[in-house]
Amino acid sequence: MRITVLYFASLADKAQQGQQQLDLADNLSLSELYAQLKQQHGFELDTAKVRVAINDEFANWDDAINDGDTIAFIPPVAGG
Amino acid sequence: MDSQTALDITNQPHQQASTISHTAEEVYHIAQSQGFALLDEAIDDQRLKDFLQDEQCGALATFEGWVRNHNNDSRVTSLTYYGYEKLAINQGKQIIEEAKRLFDIENAVAIHRIGALEIGDMAVWVGVSSKHRYPAFDACKWILDTIKADIPVWKQEFYQDESSKWLSNNG
Repeated sequence: MRITVLYFASLADKAQQGQQQLDLADNLSLSELYAQLKQQHGFELDTAKVRVAINDEFANWDDAINDGDTIAFIPPVAGG
Repeated sequence: MDSQTALDITNQPHQQASTISHTAEEVYHIAQSQGFALLDEAIDDQRLKDFLQDEQCGALATFEGWVRNHNNDSRVTSLTYYGYEKLAINQGKQIIEEAKRLFDIENAVAIHRIGALEIGDMAVWVGVSSKHRYPAFDACKWILDTIKADIPVWKQEFYQDESSKWLSNNG
């Protein structure tokens, strides 16, 4: 399946891009995907510090990834 | 900007997070109809206040967040806010709906600014109208706290020694 991953803030700095298209094996979980990207891009944040969104809504780490999804890993926010 | 930079800009790390896909007119419409939006120019708080005018209401509580010239001991020279616009609008709508469930208020609206801001600029505005004063105060505080905790906006501060840092509201 093919997905889009969005990167923000420190994760975008490390990934050196704002988004990336990826072809994934079926049944890959969100935490497995994050672990792969963490290793690939050298992210410093663990899943405990990062939230996940699917298709512009906050999601849970155990939600399934579907073909065509846009997935965003949300580092600690700092609005206000 | 040289041609190499111009060619690469579609996937610059922060390009999508520092631009708004709507005109300012559309942003105010989204804020009025859904409760929350991101804006990449100075916030017109009078316009937001006008959305809350209501003859049933005896109270309006508002909060303005301003860019401060220091963070702990570091002298801040400027900062940039970045946002994930679609998620911010979706999450902001849920925050305003929840505030209306939790507090005895009539209406509420908030906008967060993104982009490069100067010291003293308004970064966030929250307004709540209610029949009586206490629910307006309480809901305004709750909405601001929840925006700070949940809205996908990031702040990069630049310091006098030319270093910079990504901030976190969660320790």
